[in-house]
Amino acid sequence: MNPLRKFDFQAIVACIITFAVFQTLIATELIGPFWELNMVLICINVILSVSLNLINGYTGQFSIGHAGFMAVGAYISAIITVKLGMSFPLGILVATVAAGILGFLIGLPTLRLNGDYLAIATLGLGEIIRICILNIDYVGGASGLMGIPRLTTFASAFWIMIFVIFFIKNFKNSAHGRCCLSIRENEIAADTMGINTTKYKVMAFTLGASFAGTAGALFSHYFFLAHPATFTFMRSFDILTMVVLGGLGSMTGAITGAVLLTFISAWLSDYPEWRMIIYAATLIVLMLHRPQGLFGSTELSLKMFGLGGKDDGRIAEGR
Amino acid sequence: MKRMTKLLSVLTAGALFAGVLSGCGGGSGEKKAASGGDTIKIGGLLEMTGGSASFGISSKNGVDLAFKDINAKGGVNGKKLELVVADDKSEASEAANGMQKLISQDKVVAIIGPNQSSAVIASGAIANSAKIAQITPMGTNPDVTVDPSTKKTKEYSFRACFIDPFQGTVMANFAAKDLKVTKAAILIDNSSDYSKGLAAFFKETFVKLNGSIVAEEAFLQKDTDFKSTLTKIKAANPDIIYVPAYYQEVGLIVKQAREIGYEGVMVGGDGWDSSKLPEIAGKEALNKTYFSSPYSPDDISDINKAFVTAYEKDYKSKPDVFAALAYDSALLVAKAIEDAKSTEPAKIAAAMAKISGFKGVSGDVTFNEQHNPIKSAVIIEHVNGAQIFKTKVNP
Amino acid sequence: MESFLSQFFQQLINGISLGSIYALIALGYTMIYGIIKLINFAHGDIYMLGAYFGFFTTTQLRLSFIPAIILAMVCAALTGIIIERVAYKPMRNAPRIAILITAIGVSFFLEYTMILLVSPQPRTFPAVFTPVVYKIGSLVVNSQQIVILASAVILMAVLTFIVNKTKVGKAMRAVSFDTDAARLMGINIDRVISTTFALGSALAAAGGVLVGVYYNSIDPLMGMMPGLKAFVAAVLGGIGIIPGAMMGGLILGVVEAMISGFISSTLRDAAAFGILILILLYKPSGLLGKNIREKV
Repeated sequence: MNPLRKFDFQAIVACIITFAVFQTLIATELIGPFWELNMVLICINVILSVSLNLINGYTGQFSIGHAGFMAVGAYISAIITVKLGMSFPLGILVATVAAGILGFLIGLPTLRLNGDYLAIATLGLGEIIRICILNIDYVGGASGLMGIPRLTTFASAFWIMIFVIFFIKNFKNSAHGRCCLSIRENEIAADTMGINTTKYKVMAFTLGASFAGTAGALFSHYFFLAHPATFTFMRSFDILTMVVLGGLGSMTGAITGAVLLTFISAWLSDYPEWRMIIYAATLIVLMLHRPQGLFGSTELSLKMFGLGGKDDGRIAEGR
Repeated sequence: MKRMTKLLSVLTAGALFAGVLSGCGGGSGEKKAASGGDTIKIGGLLEMTGGSASFGISSKNGVDLAFKDINAKGGVNGKKLELVVADDKSEASEAANGMQKLISQDKVVAIIGPNQSSAVIASGAIANSAKIAQITPMGTNPDVTVDPSTKKTKEYSFRACFIDPFQGTVMANFAAKDLKVTKAAILIDNSSDYSKGLAAFFKETFVKLNGSIVAEEAFLQKDTDFKSTLTKIKAANPDIIYVPAYYQEVGLIVKQAREIGYEGVMVGGDGWDSSKLPEIAGKEALNKTYFSSPYSPDDISDINKAFVTAYEKDYKSKPDVFAALAYDSALLVAKAIEDAKSTEPAKIAAAMAKISGFKGVSGDVTFNEQHNPIKSAVIIEHVNGAQIFKTKVNP
Repeated sequence: MESFLSQFFQQLINGISLGSIYALIALGYTMIYGIIKLINFAHGDIYMLGAYFGFFTTTQLRLSFIPAIILAMVCAALTGIIIERVAYKPMRNAPRIAILITAIGVSFFLEYTMILLVSPQPRTFPAVFTPVVYKIGSLVVNSQQIVILASAVILMAVLTFIVNKTKVGKAMRAVSFDTDAARLMGINIDRVISTTFALGSALAAAGGVLVGVYYNSIDPLMGMMPGLKAFVAAVLGGIGIIPGAMMGGLILGVVEAMISGFISSTLRDAAAFGILILILLYKPSGLLGKNIREKV
């Protein structure tokens, strides 16, 4: 356990330093509001991609309906803060739990499916969630829920992101996480070994969904509104691209994918008509030449550059 | 393989680092003069991709044309206007993102767009906190310029179009008083707040005028088959069907309504205005349909004739309402800069609020205290595919 | 009561005409899935491309309806073959998910390239033939609806014939049953798969042109929803089974019409996806399919 603790400690120190650096840059206005917005967006996207990676990458259950859970989080948190006038942290918490409960209810029946079928079913469910929201006038229907205060700050988004990353990392390294990995490797074999595959699939799905809810809450409280058009299949596709680009089953991959794509998207805003074409072409080329994504299921670490200490086999696993 | 993984990782990390650096670089470059040199940068926050891309692209054409005209005449205060486009991907949160970029990266002095009310409201929050004027060609929701909780006018938000209540009311009056109908059905685009807004005010006024609403149905943007819904509406036997939606769907709705044998009147709002509508619906199907609009390409004013000719020359099609109102928005921005004799965003906004009697292609514009243009609406009738000016309604 | 009945039958007619469009797209979908087990996400976009090919052949080349539709089918078939060669062929042994992602990528690529090339504004088809409206009592049927239904049935029959009776069809079934064994038996797998894609894409294009004429409006994103719905139809009838696609399409169309007619049209799409999920959960092999246990 020791090397792991040591790694955690180092990582936390690294996080604090990163945070301090960026916060200083923002406070001294060296990073303007546009890049500050993109930093927050990166944090939100990282939460989304890491949580989708838990479902798609670690457990091998292919979900493309992540935007639906994000929508639930965005709306529920907005109801808490705007309609009920309660505090934002409570909003985030309730959003997380609500998205998790929905994920559980949806996951329980649908995770019996696998592969393509599960993908299509989750796509359909994501759309159903969106259409339902569209028909609820209490939350503004097609106009969206407006007048949400901007309560998300870079600090809150950053630390929630760090929490989610550590939570999922520790989950993956726990006994539960190993079970999830074994399901990805071979579901039938895992079943034969006495692992309750349904339980772990639903567990991963619920966790992933609830963190998508967290991201949704941060999202709606940064962009002033929750709107059904924000949570279409396109959003799910964006998140999926992040995960796949980085490498299915790699935490650092998912993070890198989220960061890269957020930057690419910001850069391409000058050439809007090309953005989706480039996304799509990237995805195709990537699948053709490197279907495992940039990192595959390997984790990025200092050892990759030959700088780290002796290999303790914990961080760069999966290869 | 492992080496390759390593190499790739190093490359990615490098790219990331470069990204962060250039990000900060962009940030530090912010102290650049707002519009130094010979050009004034105006932001165009428009729907270039996504479900409503056709709105944004029409609007961009309109703005481009306006800037071309203005620059050909020597620009504004001796400086040329330059359009910087940002894509809102037809989505409210991306609109906020694009707005932030236009303001802090591109240093624009005023912003035109977006067209969807929800996107305008989301991006407007940023424009108002940055104190930069934003004018939307087609954001019709009342909340675009007025804060719904405090009822105060948003200082930096303007629009070139009507607000929903006005158009809905105008059409209800026209239906009840001129067409003398009593039973109306409403078919709305449930994914558009524009459509919902118009329908709500139509209903309110129509019921006040002793009319009754016999059916209320809805569809979603990009639907193509409306026959089931229309069959249901036809069974309720209305005299008139109000379809406040955009022409892509309206064309199909009118066509299919006639196909299932509905012979009555159909009416709508300015979203109907497009030369595509007769092509999609068919000329005969469009007979007995009317819509309210701020603008008619057949309008006889000189400025409009010149606009339509120039637009047809450049884009090989007749301008639709998005292009026309974006053209007006661009002229309004130019006028405000001229009046302010400055490119300071706050002064531009102040000058914009004072504009009165401005002659645009969509009629005369005077902003009221809610930053809504006071202008008259026209009711247009379709006769064998041609838009015939029916009547003019003053606010 | 009478008005309810006449409305019911009118909705049935509406549903069948909508369903025959789904069926037309679903035929190609189900055939491609049947042969190479690939959810060709881009199928809806080939349908869109077909509509545009038809549009350009009628407006630019001034062809009449029948040559235009044939030319559109040929162009779409070529596009289908190119897409298969470039994007799917190298992935033949890749994990299913990687192929699915590629297919989604291809779909978006086609949509947005078309937006760039032809602008997102809808285009209108020139009137290639004027519809005749038939009235039976209070019911209304349009000749175009009959044409679409008839084309769907004829194409289904032709497709069934090709797959069951011809040599190519035999090869397709062999590839579908066991690719490796088929290769060992001397079947040119690549050619069979190319043929499958060509056929499927041509069918989609035929659908695209017919629908373009029927609705009189085409745009680059027109294939998105119908593509997904057609997939639902294919799954409903039993994916890989050609008559199943027809049946699934018609059922889906009728259900949607009934929901918009008697409940609310905004719930129509939700209902379609709901059906998909229910079918996947309770009878994943579809209405006409047989349950096959997965072997280890």
